[in-house]
Amino acid sequence: MLDYTAMILAIGPELWLAAAGLVGVLLGALLKDRFNSLSFKYGALALFGAAAITLIFYEGGEAFGGLVRTNTFVNFAKFVSFSVGGFALIMSEGFLKRHDTIRYEYVLLTIFASLGMGIILSASDLMTLYMGIETLSLSSYVLAAFHRDSARSSEAGLKYFVLGALASGMLLYGASLVYGFAGTTSYAGIFTADTSIGLLFGMVMMIVGLAFKVSAAPMHVWTPDVYEGAPTPVGAFFATAPKMASMVVFANVMFTAFGNILDQWQMVISIIAGMSMLVGSFGALTQTNIKRLLGYSSIANMGYALVAVAAGRETGAGALLIFMTLYVISSLGLFAGVLAMRRRGGMVESIDELGGLMSSRPWLAIALSILIFSIAGLPPFGGFFGKWEVFNAGIQAGLMPLAIILVVASVVSLGYYLRVVKIMWFDEPKERFEPIDGSVTLTVLVSAFVAGIVFLIFINALAEWANTAALGLPS
Amino acid sequence: MGGFPILSAVVFLPLIGALIIMGVRTATAGSFSKEEAGKDNRAALLAGMIISGATFIASVAAFLTFDSNAAGYQLVEHYAWYGAVTYKVGVDGLSMPLILLTTFLTPICLLASWNSIHTRVTEYVVAFLVLETFMLGVFAALDIVLFYIFFEAGLIPMFLIIGIWGGKEKIYAAFKFFLYTLLGSLLMLVAVVYMFQAAGSSDIEVLEKFAFPPHVQTWLWLAFAASFAVKLPMWPVHTWLPDAHVQAPTAGSVILAGVLLKMGGYGFLRFSLPMFPDASHLFQPAMFALAVIAIVYTSLVAWRQTDMKKLIAYSSVAHMGFVTLGIFSFNEVGVQGAIFQMLSHGLISGALFLIVGVVYDRMHTREIAAYGGLVNRMPVYATLFMLFTMANVGLPGTSGFIGEILTMVGGFQASTWAAAGAALGVIFSAVYMLTLYRRTVFGEITNPKLEGIRDMSMIELVCIVPLALLTLLFGVAPNLIFHITEGATNRILSLMVGG
Repeated sequence: MLDYTAMILAIGPELWLAAAGLVGVLLGALLKDRFNSLSFKYGALALFGAAAITLIFYEGGEAFGGLVRTNTFVNFAKFVSFSVGGFALIMSEGFLKRHDTIRYEYVLLTIFASLGMGIILSASDLMTLYMGIETLSLSSYVLAAFHRDSARSSEAGLKYFVLGALASGMLLYGASLVYGFAGTTSYAGIFTADTSIGLLFGMVMMIVGLAFKVSAAPMHVWTPDVYEGAPTPVGAFFATAPKMASMVVFANVMFTAFGNILDQWQMVISIIAGMSMLVGSFGALTQTNIKRLLGYSSIANMGYALVAVAAGRETGAGALLIFMTLYVISSLGLFAGVLAMRRRGGMVESIDELGGLMSSRPWLAIALSILIFSIAGLPPFGGFFGKWEVFNAGIQAGLMPLAIILVVASVVSLGYYLRVVKIMWFDEPKERFEPIDGSVTLTVLVSAFVAGIVFLIFINALAEWANTAALGLPS
Repeated sequence: MGGFPILSAVVFLPLIGALIIMGVRTATAGSFSKEEAGKDNRAALLAGMIISGATFIASVAAFLTFDSNAAGYQLVEHYAWYGAVTYKVGVDGLSMPLILLTTFLTPICLLASWNSIHTRVTEYVVAFLVLETFMLGVFAALDIVLFYIFFEAGLIPMFLIIGIWGGKEKIYAAFKFFLYTLLGSLLMLVAVVYMFQAAGSSDIEVLEKFAFPPHVQTWLWLAFAASFAVKLPMWPVHTWLPDAHVQAPTAGSVILAGVLLKMGGYGFLRFSLPMFPDASHLFQPAMFALAVIAIVYTSLVAWRQTDMKKLIAYSSVAHMGFVTLGIFSFNEVGVQGAIFQMLSHGLISGALFLIVGVVYDRMHTREIAAYGGLVNRMPVYATLFMLFTMANVGLPGTSGFIGEILTMVGGFQASTWAAAGAALGVIFSAVYMLTLYRRTVFGEITNPKLEGIRDMSMIELVCIVPLALLTLLFGVAPNLIFHITEGATNRILSLMVGG
């Protein structure tokens, strides 16, 4: 007999999303094309509703005999992921309408991807984890290829699928090894299992699989291609909600399942973190496409986040939540900025197209500059505290070499961030962009205001909330 | 002390003003025709001057409530902000004069831009006001994280000022300025995080009394020095300065030389000396060596320059060498002299850049060879130029003399050789400054374009004359400054001994 109360406490948001997705399918079947436009409001409602439900059952619980177990740490991530996912959905509508690809399937796929994010965050068992990852990934592959008439989009989807399948295979192989040597698939059981070479081997394979999901080097190669090829709103979604979820899941697996062998994986994560920072920041230097640039920038930022993971649970968990929250808000705003880059004849993606934005659209330019400086971790904007937290965690854990790499990567990445600022402020004005959707303008301005200014002044509120949430991790 | 938070008001007044200007500009955008755009620009500049003028008055009001005889921090405001990181501001005898220098120079900079900046004036004014807030914040912050935020934030408006309103190579100069300084400050950030964790607080007053183990001090000192040495700038990390100075608009150069360079010296005095005394002693010989190299080498480099601004930029590096010498002499005379030299150099180099700007606005070249015989057409200009030439050389009666002699006396007590080397620099400074003066001002007019050149306008006089008066005033009555800085100097030195 299922305990329904425990079930709702533990996975209320996922139940809501699953129901919303299925009802959406029915509505689509009944209303057909009339549902296309309406579906975006529906989807946003579903995601914001899931975020609200997460808050209601914030303390979490355990269900299905320990297959899922939620706590404040993962619920924090769920809340942020669902919220930014909702915003990403709202601002996509105009884009898809103009490209004549406004289909309710887009919304449903986003809902199912979000369901996957919810499941992996709730998972406390390798089986649940794998199921969630596949739900998230399969929806994502289709989303990447959503412009099926466009060769670039199809290519992005295919690349993502082939490489993603490989990574999933690695993850599954690692999970089976872990199961073989630990004798259990539950995080708690693995935590107490004896360390053996087979367990470590499985763990490393799992790290490879998870690193692919968060696009950390050297499993990052898909990121720029998929960001570039996928329709821009899809890129905006990929860069925000699943990033937050996957990174927190990565941390959750390392802290909860392998938490007592920190000394065994700290070095592995450190190397991945260091490589991501360097690959991301150097790789972005020569990019001319804004979406590719953001792709590399996200690789570098995942490297920063992994510094917090490598720092371990006590020092890193809170820092990770703070950093990732600030990062996804800025990232969402920047992608909204890309959506605003529209001229007669469609979207433009070259960085040079931003030329002289300060003259043609000053507020957009100022907001984007704030977002860029914030994502670069430059004071006086909120993003600085994200980097500060990561620094703090890294140094407290004694990872001095990583801190130095972080410094180097930050300076290098400023090289390309500044180039974007330079183009917006210094260059000769180009032709004005087409009128921008209200939702896009709003997203840019709000995210710049929140990430840049609100979380500069009221960073304490965010930090306290995140640090308290991190205490929910089982120790 | 409760009462009105006067210091925060001084720091944030320019920022608030900048926001108001931006708001008004947005509200009235498009309501001006092409012909009226000029009027609009003047209005923005005027608004900027009113705001920075009000800031100056506010800072003077803060100064009036400041007790020069007390040694510790005054006008302290302390609010909770981010866990152990707090919003804490306050001033002592070291920061108060630098705050006054900043608020004094900013309106002058805006006034000096009256006729030289014609494009995107609103943004220019906003950038300057935002920069002013960040500069004031650097000097007022009594929390090391708050200090760091202001310190690095200042890069952004300066980057824009150089990059938008600069000369031909402005993009290169802006990037070099930004990335060079950023690398230094990020290393400092690593040290800040470490100190924050070790001491459990980011309060400067707590950190001053916290005894870091000597081997840790060495690393922390190096990390801080990486930042301050770039900012000061010291040889061999000074190469960004000539580029930035040459490309920046006149007012940008004034603020760069006048205030931004002082942050380096301020940082050494506020952090390196009191917090890492052992390491400071350890690195004293190295700093002396670098100071002497800076003084002698950059003086020689300055001598060979053909660009007026570049010459003054190199002379700035040399004069900052005296500041280093004074700071690392660890005695009262030297440190007092260093602070004095910072203030004096702020006035003199600021004025020299304005002087170059005067002829640049008329001729649009900074080549020394393009000038000559200016005295025949511009007697007032020649007089003021002469005054600041002499002040830069360190002629008695000007503030430049006091700063140089005291830093050398202080340096002499610590190391005879260092003082001897620095003295060589004084001679060289006479060589390059007098060469510059002779080639531009004296002689016959060789360049026919100079025939019709006008003497200084009223606006230019209003900019430069106050600087001239202060240079002379502090030259004959240096006690006005020493009276303020004495308490803070003794406090820093006692912290070095007391650990």
